[in-house]
Amino acid sequence: MDLQAIWETLASLWVVWLIVLFAGIVFWAYRPKNKKRFEEDARIPFQDDEGER
Amino acid sequence: MSVAVASSAVGPGNHAGFYEDEVIRKFVVATMFWGVVGFLVGTYIAFELAYPVLNLDLPWTTFGRLRPVHTSAVIFAFGGNALLGTSFYVVQRTCRAPLFGGAALGNFVFWGYQAFIVLAASGYVLGITQSKEYAEPEWYTDLWLTIVWVAYLVCFVGTVMRRREPHIYVANWFYLAFIITIAMLHIVNNLAVPVSFFGTKSYIVWSGVQDAMTQWWYGHNAVGFFLTSGFLGIMYYFIPKQAERPVYSYRLSIVHFWTLIFIYIWAGPHHLHYTALPDWTQTLGMVFSIVLWMPSWGGMINGVMTLSGAWDKLRTDPILRFLVVSVAFYGMSTFEGPMMSIKAVNSLSHYTDWTIGHVHSGALGWVAMISFGAVYFLVPRLWNRQRLYSLRLVTYHFWISTIGIVLYITAMWISGIMQGLMWRAYDSLGFLQYSFIETVEAMHPYYVIRALGGLFFLIGSLVMVYNLVRTVRGDLRREAAFERPRAAVAPNAAE
Repeated sequence: MDLQAIWETLASLWVVWLIVLFAGIVFWAYRPKNKKRFEEDARIPFQDDEGER
Repeated sequence: MSVAVASSAVGPGNHAGFYEDEVIRKFVVATMFWGVVGFLVGTYIAFELAYPVLNLDLPWTTFGRLRPVHTSAVIFAFGGNALLGTSFYVVQRTCRAPLFGGAALGNFVFWGYQAFIVLAASGYVLGITQSKEYAEPEWYTDLWLTIVWVAYLVCFVGTVMRRREPHIYVANWFYLAFIITIAMLHIVNNLAVPVSFFGTKSYIVWSGVQDAMTQWWYGHNAVGFFLTSGFLGIMYYFIPKQAERPVYSYRLSIVHFWTLIFIYIWAGPHHLHYTALPDWTQTLGMVFSIVLWMPSWGGMINGVMTLSGAWDKLRTDPILRFLVVSVAFYGMSTFEGPMMSIKAVNSLSHYTDWTIGHVHSGALGWVAMISFGAVYFLVPRLWNRQRLYSLRLVTYHFWISTIGIVLYITAMWISGIMQGLMWRAYDSLGFLQYSFIETVEAMHPYYVIRALGGLFFLIGSLVMVYNLVRTVRGDLRREAAFERPRAAVAPNAAE
């Protein structure tokens, strides 16, 4: 199997790669370790109210 | 950083001189202006359909020419100015950085965009069109918009890149997806060869079913990325701000964003069911449209649940009511849309008034209502006023427009389903039971109701303009709060 054939096989599975990528995003978003940081990020619109920071 | 001027009741967001707000004020005024123009033209052509004599027998005032004036005025002029203005407001405040390019680039985007609107609309009235729905402007207008849009992208991305906030707030993702995707759609769908250098006529490079597919790839993603993604950016900033609490789930908003991006782009073929488009493409479009239920409802739940624990604000704050009810309409129309994309349903609904009703439940209920909410939020802050001139007028506006929307969509549901059923009715010998003109005649009363609904919506917007003009002038109406929460008698006082 030359490189061209490998590339074509992998490219034809694009929908699988997108689903894997999406699963990775969901994992990143819901990973317990990231809970706190996202709760802080949700407060960004209110940072502006506090003036100097 | 900013020299925060301690301001009156509104206070937050007023960093005199730090943020570029002058251009946002212009966008807000343009939003109101084009909104009224768009609603007025829409109401007029609704009456034209009910009473064709209003065509005036002039080419410039026929339904065919005024209809794109209406659609472009409400989508690109009203909705577009709302999106550009709010995006400049949100990106500066959530990045805590002034607008990239400053007043000069901001003003170029503003005036360039208004010039695009005038070029497009004047073309329609004179009969200059490339006959692609929602992409009617001819090549010279398309080229001009491309230049303005790139300037807009530079302004927005430049501001994001000079941010002081390490994380890019999710509203900016939605705005950025809107800007980039619209650029891509606009360029690909408008690839055209002008017939002459000084002439207006051009021919699209696509032909046949490829042209149809490109057009509805554009058309549906104009819905997905102009009328949805951009306005979700508004939702993710203005609902938390007005409710004074962070969004229900920031993690859900991330998943919401990426599902929307991954799925929306494939849904276009549902506009071409039972056409020359290959069957598998139609089915693909249908499947992706149905999968869209998930991000749409995930996003809707996220917006509405932001009020969790503060539902009483819905009763006392008419601005928040505009914002939240718009999200409810979003949920409703994004339930209806995928359902209509199912081939069996589409065979009844397509080409009927049901589609028009569906579009308006999204456009009036979601897009316009959330824009009104954002404008009511912005005007006192941008003009540094203590509050709006009158909250009672906001309440009147809310109810007048809601009644208008309900009249509009119920009339179109009945008219559309009746129309679809009449078209497919056969008699015992296998002949069509109704002639086309009989269906038109049957629709007349619903056209009148629809036009009245549009009139209500127009009147509501005029109430808003009056309220905002008085606010800008610095007037405050002395009034008791309309919705005063009645002191509730708690049966069990114990907490």
